[in-house]
Amino acid sequence: MASTMTVPQGGEAPVFYLKDEHPHPEGHSTPLGFWLYLMSDCLIFAILFAIYGVLGANYAAGPAPKDLFDLNLVAINTAMLLFSSITFGFAMLEMAKGKVAATQGWLAVTGLFGLAFLAIELYEFHHLISLGATPQRSAFLSSFFVLVGTHGLHVAFGLVWLTVLMVQVARHGLIAANRRRLLCLSMFWHFLDVIWIGVFTFVYLMGMLR
Amino acid sequence: MSSETNAQHQPGYEPHPEDEAHGSFRGYMTGFGLSVVLTAIPFWLVMSGALGNNQLTGFVVMGFAVVQIVVHMIYFLHMNGRVEGGWTLLALVFTVIVVVITLAGSLWVMYHLNTNMMPVHDMRQMP
Repeated sequence: MASTMTVPQGGEAPVFYLKDEHPHPEGHSTPLGFWLYLMSDCLIFAILFAIYGVLGANYAAGPAPKDLFDLNLVAINTAMLLFSSITFGFAMLEMAKGKVAATQGWLAVTGLFGLAFLAIELYEFHHLISLGATPQRSAFLSSFFVLVGTHGLHVAFGLVWLTVLMVQVARHGLIAANRRRLLCLSMFWHFLDVIWIGVFTFVYLMGMLR
Repeated sequence: MSSETNAQHQPGYEPHPEDEAHGSFRGYMTGFGLSVVLTAIPFWLVMSGALGNNQLTGFVVMGFAVVQIVVHMIYFLHMNGRVEGGWTLLALVFTVIVVVITLAGSLWVMYHLNTNMMPVHDMRQMP
C-alpha cells in the first residue's frame, strides 16, 4: 500500500485488514492442541507430586515406604513401560513407511507391555491393601495411592485408546486421520513414561532412602 | 480461494510437517539405551547403598531423573525449537516454570507443617 490515499474531509479514514485466506488443512493444529492438553495434564501430576511431597512422611505410626515397597517389582514395572515406549516408537516408524501390518504388530506389542505394567501395578496395590496399607491408613498412603493410581488410570485409558485405534487402522488403513490420531497417542504414551520417571524416582527410590 | 493455492493443497496432499516428529530408528535406539542406563544406575545406587549417604544418594537420583526426562523429551517426544514453529517448546517451558513454582513453593511453605504437632506416639507400646 505505497500509493497515497485521499481521505475526504470530515470522512473516516479507511480501515484495511487482511482476510485470513491461506488454507488450513484439516487437523493441522491437532498436535499442538494435544500437546497443550498434555501440559495441563502435567500440571495435575505436579499438584499430586506436591501433595505427596508434603504428606509423604506422615505415616500416622503406620507402615513407611521401607516396609512396603519392593524395588525389584518397581524395576520390572519401569522396564515394562520403557519397552512399551520403544515399541511404540517402532510402530510410528513403520507408520511413516506406510506398512499397516508392521504398525499393527508393534502397536499390539506396546499394548501387551502396557497390560503387563498395569497387571504388576494392580498386584502391588492388592499386596499393599492385603497388608492393611490401604489409602485410609495414613496421609502417606492416601497421597501415594492417588498419585500412582492416577498414573495407572492414564495408562489404562491409553490402552483403551490404543485398542480403538488398532480397530480404526484395521478398518480404514493408515489414512491421514489415523496417522494424526496415532501421533497424538504416541505423545500421550511417551508423556506417561516421563511421568513414571518422576514416580519411580520421587516415590519409590527416594521413599526407600527415608 | 485462488486456484493456485488450491492446487498446492489437494486432498491427500500432505506437506509432511510431521516427518520430523516420527524420528529415526537410530534416534529411538539412542534414547532407549540412554534411558536404560539412566534408570539402572539410580536403582543400583539405592538398592546397594553404594554411596553410603542417603542424602547424597537422593540428590544423585534426582539428578539422573532430570537427565532422563530431558532424554525422553528429545528422543521420544522429539522436542525442539522447530516443531510447530516453537510453540510446543514455549508451552513446555511455561509448564516447567509453573511446575517448579508449584513443587518448590508447596514444599517450602509446608516445611514446618508438623512443627507444632504433638509428639509422635509410639503405637507399638499401646495396648
